[in-house]
Amino acid sequence: MFLKKSFSGGAHPPGSKHFSEHAAIENAPLPDEVVIPLQQHIGAPAEPIVAKGDSVKTGQPIAKATKFVSLPCHASVTGTVKAIEERPHPLGVKVPSIVITRDGEDDWYEDYTKETPLDTLSAADIKERIQAAGIAGLGGAAFPTHVKLSPPEDKHIDVLIINGVECEPFLTSDHRIMLERTGDILKGISILMKTLDIETVLIGIEKNKPDAIKIFKQHTNGNKNITIVPLEVKYPQGAEKQLIKAATGRDVPSGGLPMDIGAVVQNVGTALAVYEAVSFNKPLIERVVAVTGAGITTPKNLLVRIGTSFSSCIEYCGGYSDNAAKLINGGPMMGIAQKNDSVPVIKGTSGILVLDKKQADLLSEKPCISCARCVDVCPMKLIPSHMASFVEHNRIDDAYDMGLFDCMECGTCSFICPSKRNLVQYIKQGKAKWNQTHRKAD
Amino acid sequence: MERTLYISPSPHLKDRDSIPKIMYTVILALVPAGIGSVYLFGLRALYVMLLTIAAALLSEALCQKIMKRPITINDGSAILTGLLLAYNLPAEVPFWLPVVGAFFAIAIGKMAFGGLGYNPMNPALIGRAFLMSSWPLHMTVFKTVPRGGTLSGITAITSATPLNVYKHAREIVLNAGTIAPEHVTEVTKATNTLLEYSNNYSELFWGRIGGCLGETSVALLLLGAVFLMYKRIIGWKIPFFYIGTVALLTWIFGGTNGNLFSGDPLFHVLSGGLILGAFYMATDMVSSPVTFKGRIYFGIGCGVLTVIIRLWGGYPEGVSYSILLMNLVTPLLDKYTKPKTFGGK
Repeated sequence: MFLKKSFSGGAHPPGSKHFSEHAAIENAPLPDEVVIPLQQHIGAPAEPIVAKGDSVKTGQPIAKATKFVSLPCHASVTGTVKAIEERPHPLGVKVPSIVITRDGEDDWYEDYTKETPLDTLSAADIKERIQAAGIAGLGGAAFPTHVKLSPPEDKHIDVLIINGVECEPFLTSDHRIMLERTGDILKGISILMKTLDIETVLIGIEKNKPDAIKIFKQHTNGNKNITIVPLEVKYPQGAEKQLIKAATGRDVPSGGLPMDIGAVVQNVGTALAVYEAVSFNKPLIERVVAVTGAGITTPKNLLVRIGTSFSSCIEYCGGYSDNAAKLINGGPMMGIAQKNDSVPVIKGTSGILVLDKKQADLLSEKPCISCARCVDVCPMKLIPSHMASFVEHNRIDDAYDMGLFDCMECGTCSFICPSKRNLVQYIKQGKAKWNQTHRKAD
Repeated sequence: MERTLYISPSPHLKDRDSIPKIMYTVILALVPAGIGSVYLFGLRALYVMLLTIAAALLSEALCQKIMKRPITINDGSAILTGLLLAYNLPAEVPFWLPVVGAFFAIAIGKMAFGGLGYNPMNPALIGRAFLMSSWPLHMTVFKTVPRGGTLSGITAITSATPLNVYKHAREIVLNAGTIAPEHVTEVTKATNTLLEYSNNYSELFWGRIGGCLGETSVALLLLGAVFLMYKRIIGWKIPFFYIGTVALLTWIFGGTNGNLFSGDPLFHVLSGGLILGAFYMATDMVSSPVTFKGRIYFGIGCGVLTVIIRLWGGYPEGVSYSILLMNLVTPLLDKYTKPKTFGGK
C-alpha cells in the first residue's frame, strides 16, 4: 500500500518530452507513394493478393495472412500498384513490399463510418475483425493482437492492463492520443474486455503525464472496473513485465508470458485501433507518429498513412535542423538507427527521432571497472557486464547460463555504463551466436 | 539527401558520467583529509603526496609506452592510486620510498594485469604491502609531532600509533598474572594508558594522533565519504558491514580484562585507518564484488580478518591485509551470489 508503484532497477534518461508533448495531432498530407512491407509484425509474412498494375482503393486488402500468427496488409492510399519488390525496411533489412503510387484523394474501399454495436458481436467475431484489419501491437513490438487475445484454454486471464506509460524519452504519440481520443480508447478497452471476458482493467500512466492521468480519471469516474494507476517515472516502466510488476505486483516467469500469471497487456494505441476496426470495420492504415528530436525543425505528432516515407514526414515538420545527425525508428533507448530516410512508416513505428551531433557522437569503449551500475539498474536483475565479457571472449554457453535470453535489450545498462561499453550489442551478438549453434543442432 | 547519418546499435543515449569523472570526484573527496594531514604533519606531508602521485603517473605512462598501448594517465586512476598510497605512508618516509612504492603499485599491482579494470587487488594496498614487507622500519617511524601534541604523549619514537601502544599495553595487562612482581609498575602504567585511550575519542576523531598521512583525521575522511555516497560513487553496503563487523567483534572479543563483551568498539572503529580503508580502499570498484549479497559478505569478511589480525595477529593494524585477502575472494563471491533473475526460480 505504501510502497511506490514501481519495479526494481531502472534509470532516468532525460525525458525530452518537451519537444513535442504539446503538439496536437496533425494529419500529415497524403504521400505520393507508399511502400507497404509484407512483414510489419511478428509472425509469418503476408502474401500479396494484388499484382503490378492493379488499381487499389484506400483500405483494400492487398496481402493476406498466411498462418494464425500472421496479418494481412491494406492499401493506405488510392492508386496503382507500381511494383512488388524488395525495399528497405526500418528494421535494417530489405523486405518484399507492395509499392503503390497514389492517384488523387481517398476512394474508400468500404463504408468505414457505419458503426456496428458491440452487443451484436461475439468474442470470436471481434477477434476475426481484429485480424482482418491487420492490427498488431502499436507499442513497438507489433505482435498480432488477435493472437494475444486468444490465450489457450488453460490460461485463466483475470486482468487487462492498458499501457499508457510511454517511458521512452522523446516519444509523445501515446500521450497525445490519450488526451485527444480518450473516449474512443475507452470504447476500445470495452471491446477488449468483452473479448477476454474480463472485468478488471488497470490503465498504467507515468506521472510525467498528469493531464492524461486527470482526463482518464474524469472519464472513468464511477466505473468500478477500470482503475487508473499513476506510475513513478523510470525507464523502462513501459516494458511489459515491469508494467505488470508495478501495477499488480506479479512477476512474469522467466521464459514465460504475461498470460501465465493471468494478465494481458495492450498499448493504448492498439486499443484505439481495435475500436476503429471492430466498430467500423476500418483496417489499420494509419497511426500517430511523434516526429521529434533536436534534429527536427518543428517537431509534431502526425497522423500518418502506413507506408509513408520518413522523408515526407520530416519534410512536413520543417525538415532537418542544421546539426541533425542520427535518424531513429522509435525511441532513443531501443529504436533502430537508419541509413537513410527513404524507409516507410510501418505499424510499429511510434516515433521518427532525429538526434543532433552532440547526442549522436560515438564514444570509444573503455575497460569495465566493475562499478556495478549496470547490475543496479537492470530491470531483469541480470549482470550485464559479465554477460557481455563472456560474449566478448566467445564463451557463449557461460553467457547463456547467466540469463542471456532473459535480457529484453532495454538499453538501461549501456546507458548508465561510465566506460561507454556497448553492453546490449554484446548481448545481442551472444544471442545470435547461441541461436546459430543451437538451432543448427535441431 | 546528402546528409551524413550516424549509425550505431541502441541505446542512442548515454549518461554523462565517465571514468575520469568518477576518479576525479573521489580525488576531490580525499582533498579535505589531505589538507588536514598537511596541517597536522607539516609540508613534508605535501611533498610525500606529490611525489607519490608524480611517480604513479610516470610509472603508468612508462608501462603503457613499453606495452605499446595508448597512454591514459589523464583518466585520473593513477593519480588516485598515488594519493591513496601516500595516505598509507608516514610523513617521515625518505623521499625515495614513495617513488618505489608507487612504481610497484602501478607496474605490478595494475599494469602487469592489463591496466585499469583488470587488477584483482587494490593497487595502492599492493604498494603499501610491498613497502611494509621490504622496509618495515621506515614504514613504522612516526617522528613528526602532530600539531597540538599526540595522544600517546610521545614525541620521537618508533611505532607511536594509538593502536600499537594499545596492543602493547593490552598484552601486558592480559598477561598480568604471569609477570614477576618487580614489573608491576609496567602493568600499572599500561592500565593507565588504556584508560587514557578510552577517554580520548575526540583526539582520534579529529586526528591529533600519530599515524599515516591519510588515516588520522576521521572527521575529514567522513566528510569526503558522505560526499561520495551522495554522488553515488560508493555504496553504503561495504563500509557499513565492514565497520559494523569490526565494532561488533571488537566489542565481543577486544576486552582488556579477559572478559567477553567488554571491548571498546569506538576506539577500534576510529583508529588504525579503518575509516580510510572501509570508505576508500575496500570500495575500490575493480577489486570488489558487483552483486548485492557479494558486497555484504565482502564487508563482513574484511571486518572479520581485520579483527583477527588486530587482536590475535602479529601486526597492530590489519586493514590493508584484510582488504587484499578479500579482493582475492571477490571473483568467488561474484560467482556464488548472482541475484535471482526477474521471474526466475
